[in-house]
Amino acid sequence: MMKIKNTKAKKLQPLEKISSGISGLDEITGGGLPKGRPTLVCGNAGCGKTLMAMEFLVRGAVEHNEPGVFMSFEENEEELTRNVASLGFDLNALSAKKKIVLDHVRIERSEIEETGEYDLEGLFIRLNHAIDSIGAKRVVLDTIEGLFAALPNHAILRSELRRLFRWLKDKGVSAIITAERGDGLLTRHGLEEYVADCVILLDHRVNEQLSTRRLRVVKYRGSVHGTNEYPFLISKDGFSVLPVTSMGLDHPASSERISSGVERLDTMLGGKGFFRGSSILVSGTAGTGKSSIAAAFVDAAARRGERSLYFAFEESQNQILRNMKSISLDLEPWVRKGLLQFHASRPSLCGLEMHLLTIYDAVRKFKPRVVVMDPVTNLISVGTEIEVRSMLTRLIDFFKTEQVTALFPSLTTGDNTSQSEVAIASLMDVWVLLRNIESGGERNRGLYILKARGMEHSNQIREVLLSNNGIGLVDVYAGPSTVLTGSARIEQEGREKAEIDRRKAQMDRRQREIERERGVTEAQVAVLKAGLEAKIEALNQEITDETLLEQVNAKSRFNIAANRQADVEPKLKNNGTNRIH
Amino acid sequence: MKPESIKEQSRKWEEALTKAADEKYCLRLYVTGSTPKSIRAITNIKQICEEHLKGRYTLEIIDIYQQPVLAKGEQIIAAPTLIKRLPLPLRKFIGDMTNSDRILLGLDLRPVKNSKEVNGKNK
Repeated sequence: MMKIKNTKAKKLQPLEKISSGISGLDEITGGGLPKGRPTLVCGNAGCGKTLMAMEFLVRGAVEHNEPGVFMSFEENEEELTRNVASLGFDLNALSAKKKIVLDHVRIERSEIEETGEYDLEGLFIRLNHAIDSIGAKRVVLDTIEGLFAALPNHAILRSELRRLFRWLKDKGVSAIITAERGDGLLTRHGLEEYVADCVILLDHRVNEQLSTRRLRVVKYRGSVHGTNEYPFLISKDGFSVLPVTSMGLDHPASSERISSGVERLDTMLGGKGFFRGSSILVSGTAGTGKSSIAAAFVDAAARRGERSLYFAFEESQNQILRNMKSISLDLEPWVRKGLLQFHASRPSLCGLEMHLLTIYDAVRKFKPRVVVMDPVTNLISVGTEIEVRSMLTRLIDFFKTEQVTALFPSLTTGDNTSQSEVAIASLMDVWVLLRNIESGGERNRGLYILKARGMEHSNQIREVLLSNNGIGLVDVYAGPSTVLTGSARIEQEGREKAEIDRRKAQMDRRQREIERERGVTEAQVAVLKAGLEAKIEALNQEITDETLLEQVNAKSRFNIAANRQADVEPKLKNNGTNRIH
Repeated sequence: MKPESIKEQSRKWEEALTKAADEKYCLRLYVTGSTPKSIRAITNIKQICEEHLKGRYTLEIIDIYQQPVLAKGEQIIAAPTLIKRLPLPLRKFIGDMTNSDRILLGLDLRPVKNSKEVNGKNK
């Protein structure tokens, strides 16, 4: 705003605003309350007008170095001091430091007698004196309508109030004037006619036994402002408005991946697990192991040395610790080391806004990297679906801005996707669905990933085995026509193994048979060969014998011829018979 | 209630009545400078005091512009304001004191018998 003022001509100077010091209100009003003008805060009894005004003053004095005057027409200084001490405001110390002046205007109707014309100059002088004594920049007139009860002449009072608000403007102080809500009117005595620069309406409604406080900027002259009703809270840290629409969608997106604590689940998520700062919905019917997965996630975070915060809406801390030991997840050491903190509370303990604020507070204080809200669906019992959705939107936005990875176990009933789940699922980055698979007279847990924004993920269904070895995911038996889990899967696997064994044995047997056959054949070949050898031997013998005989014969024939003195000498020739080898 | 105590009470009552007649009045008038209302108030109250409380009253006139701290201490919001500090109970009168009836009533100075007379005088 200062920049605009400097660069542009002075005539274009926009309405200057001052921080109200109330978290959330500045966002709705685009910077705070009008500077140097009065603001009217109206509402029914007990909706927090005084507190809002007081916080405006104290924050101004402490954070913006703008001293303030609190003029109370109802409570005295001591009461005020004590009332706001519960919010951590030490008015005595602030008064001593001349940061705040408390002035209690006590008027007893019974003590006062009207005896003619008068004005409220006395009040002006008091206020002026108080403002000047500390150089106040902020003023609160807490339920100035108290004057209407004390002073019977309303005509004078009205004209004097008009003069007072004018005077406050001239004085240049930023003021809050509180007023009771009237029938059909914003204020009982129509103060909005006089204080018209900014009107804020506070409301306190009880719906289904749960009260919600709401704030609305009815009017803001010369400025745009959020027009909706915004829930607000009065907690031990003061007043806070929770605007949902003022939050932009500009949170950072980390590409860091963190383990889910279940090895196979990481594998299913592209082998690396979740993105840091993402929101994970783990939905399933009762007893499907949602909390176990949450515990494993927390355990993994603690192993990485990161802090985690576990909001339990169903079980107590001790119960969770005991139960998780049964699947050998010992979270107790992490709690002792301060890496894990539990916040166990019943959802019906307070309204949604209070829960939201508790969560904000806890996250801001503990600064966890991982948050579990178990189960998020229990919050639905506190508000309507729209409210829960808007609360979760805010919550998820908040977690994302803080780069906190949040896991939301969500209980579903009956069908595997119930209405409420669909409503919140669109807000989530990863949706892991756990379901009971009932077959063959038993119930088994199945897990699959319905969506995982920005990462490849398995489309397979896995069986979750919770045992004293922890959480295991195993492949289910996915045959051509059926999916089998549990003992049916084990049985089917057994059957398949037997079949394989049988076929292997058969193969072995056949191999052995062939082996044997080969032996027999070889033996036969040997026998035949031996026979052949024998025959060849016999034949060769015969040939030799024959040759010898022939030689003998030839010899003898030669001799005979020689004897007879034949003219042709017979040759001793080889007749060509060869030995067979 | 015991008869003695009734007797006692009536005795005290009588005593108080006689005492009231000569009780001292301590009055303070807070005004804001010399506005017409302030001046009217001063004139009026002085007149009333002289008429009804002659010799047994003290009247202080304080300008709260000069002494703004007193405005807080005395719980002044309207001007002019007359405070009857004594006799008790404390009582405040706001306005320019033109309605002397009310002042007299408030100061317990209103004798019933001459009420008509005073009214006539005012008119």
